[in-house]
Amino acid sequence: MQNWYENKRFFWGTMLAPTIWFVIFFVMPMALVWIYSFGENNGLIDVEITGTFKNYKHVFDRDVLQVLWQSIIMATIATLVCLVLAFPVAIAMTFADDKTKSWLLLLIMLPFWTNLLIRTYALISVMGAQGLINMGLLGIHNFLLGAGLDVGTFEPKQLLYNKTAIIIGLIYVHLPFMVLPLYAALDKLDRSLIEASLDLGAGHGETLFRIIVPLALPGIAAGIVITFIPAMGAYLTPDLLGGPNDLMIASLIERQFKRANDWPFGAALSFLLMYITLIFFALRSYFEAKGGKVSTGH
Amino acid sequence: MKNIFKREPRAPLEYTKSLRLRAWILGVLIFLYTPLFILIAFSFNDSKRMIEWKGFTLKWYQKVFENDGIREALANSILIAIACTLVSVILGTLIGFVLWRFKFPMKGILESGLNLPIVVPEICMGVGVLMFFSKIHWPNDLPWPLNLAQITIAHITFAFPFVAVVVRARLENFNQELESAALDLGASQWRAFMDIIVPHMAPGIIAGALLAFTLSLDDFVITFFASGPGTVTFPIKVYSMVRFPNGGLINAASTIIIVLTIIATVIAMRLQEQPKKNT
Repeated sequence: MQNWYENKRFFWGTMLAPTIWFVIFFVMPMALVWIYSFGENNGLIDVEITGTFKNYKHVFDRDVLQVLWQSIIMATIATLVCLVLAFPVAIAMTFADDKTKSWLLLLIMLPFWTNLLIRTYALISVMGAQGLINMGLLGIHNFLLGAGLDVGTFEPKQLLYNKTAIIIGLIYVHLPFMVLPLYAALDKLDRSLIEASLDLGAGHGETLFRIIVPLALPGIAAGIVITFIPAMGAYLTPDLLGGPNDLMIASLIERQFKRANDWPFGAALSFLLMYITLIFFALRSYFEAKGGKVSTGH
Repeated sequence: MKNIFKREPRAPLEYTKSLRLRAWILGVLIFLYTPLFILIAFSFNDSKRMIEWKGFTLKWYQKVFENDGIREALANSILIAIACTLVSVILGTLIGFVLWRFKFPMKGILESGLNLPIVVPEICMGVGVLMFFSKIHWPNDLPWPLNLAQITIAHITFAFPFVAVVVRARLENFNQELESAALDLGASQWRAFMDIIVPHMAPGIIAGALLAFTLSLDDFVITFFASGPGTVTFPIKVYSMVRFPNGGLINAASTIIIVLTIIATVIAMRLQEQPKKNT
C-alpha cells in the first residue's frame, strides 16, 4: 500500500469522482434527513428546522411504540427461523464435495438474485385464496365429499393478510441472506477440531453445540445482523402480505411521506432505523473480534 | 438425484451423506422454489383464474409484449439498469482500487461510509433521496429519458459500493510487482492501470456489473421514493398489478425477469469461481 502523497495525481484521479458522488448523493441526503428530524411542520409544505426533539418524543407514543415493537418481534422470529433453517444447509455446503457445493450455492443464490417483488407475488400465488395450498385443501375436501362424508361447503382458508403471513414472507425472502455468511464462516473452520471432538467421544450433537457453534459465532452474528436489519426495515413484505393493521416501521415511515405528510416525524423514524442498524453492526464487529480469539486460541 | 436418499457408509465428517440432513435441505429447497415454480407454471395457463389449469398457452407472453404499459415499464427499467451499470462499474472500480492501493487520511471513515448504502434499510435511503431531490427542486417534468435521471442516480448510489466490494476482493490476489514492472519499463501510471490492473480486475468488474444490473432491475423501495409522478419502472408496474390481479399477465412478465436473472446469476457465479482455478 502506497501513501497517497507519493503519487498525488494518480490518487486524486482515481479517488475524486466516486468520493464526490458518494458525498453528494448519499451523505448529503442522509444529512438532510437527520436535520429534518429536528424540524417542525410549518404550514402544509414548509418545514422549519427548530432543533426540537418533539419528533423523537413522538416515537414513544403508544401507537408508534407498538408498531416498533411489532417490527422487532416479527423480524426476530423470522431471523431465528432463518437461522434454524439455514444452519444445516450451511453445514452440508461446507462438507460437500466441490460439485455439490457449487450446485447448492447456485440453488441458494438464485432466489436471492430474483426480484423481491416477484418472489413476494409468488408467495401470494401459493398462499392466496386461489393459491396452491387452498387448491390442495379443496382437493381433499372434494375427495372427502366423494367418499360420502358430510364436510359442508368449502371455505378457502385466509392464509394471507395477517402477521403469520408477514413472518413467512420475511423468512422466505431473507433465508439466502442467512445461508451465505454462515457458510462463509463454517468453511473457514478448522476441521481437525471437529475430528478431535468426535475422536474424544463427543457425539455429533455435542460437537455441534460445543465446538462448531462457538467457532462459527462470528458467522452466526453476521447472519443474524444481515437478516434482521433488512427484515426489520422491510416495506414490501408487510405491505403486500399483511393486513391493514399489521404495520411495520417501514410502512409507518412511508405514510409520513405520502399520506400523513409529516416529513420531520418520518425523518426521525428513518434515523431511528439507522441507529438500530448501526448498533447491530457494532455488535457484529464485537462478536467478530471475540470469535477470532476463540479460533486462534488453540 | 435418484439415489439422494440412498444409505451409504459415511466417514465422520461426511455430513452430506446423512439422510436427515438431505431431507432438511430438500425441504428448504422446496420451500424456496415451490412458489417460483407455481408462478412460472401459471404463466402458461390458459385461464383467467389462478385456481384451475385449463391447458398450455403462450398468450400471456404475447399480451406482455402487446401491453404498452408493461413494455414501457420494462424499457425504462432496462435503460435505467444499463445506465446504472455503466456508471457504477466506473465509480465502483475506481474506489475499490483506491481503497486497495492507497493509504490516506480518513480512509477508515470513507471505507465504513461506503458500507452504509449496502447495510442501511432501503427505506432510509429512499426517504433521503426523496427529500434531497425535492430540496434541490429537481425538475419533475423533464422529457423522456431525462425523467429517469433521478431513479438512475439513486440506483448508482447504492449499486457502486457493491461493485467496489467485488472488485476489491478480486484485487486481493493481485501481484503488485506486475504493476511495478510495468512502471519500471516506462509505462505511465494510467497506462499501467489500464493495461495491467484493469485486465486483472476484469472478472470482478463483470461480476460487479451483473450485480449492479440486477440490483437496479430489482429495486422497488428506493425507486418508489425517487421516481417523479408518471415514471414507471418494471417493479412499480408489477406492484400496481399485484393489487389488481389479471390472469397470467404478471406471471408471464415475471417469468421473463426470472429467466434474465438466472442467466445473469449463472454467468456471475462462473466468473467468480475462475480465480480459484487459476491460482
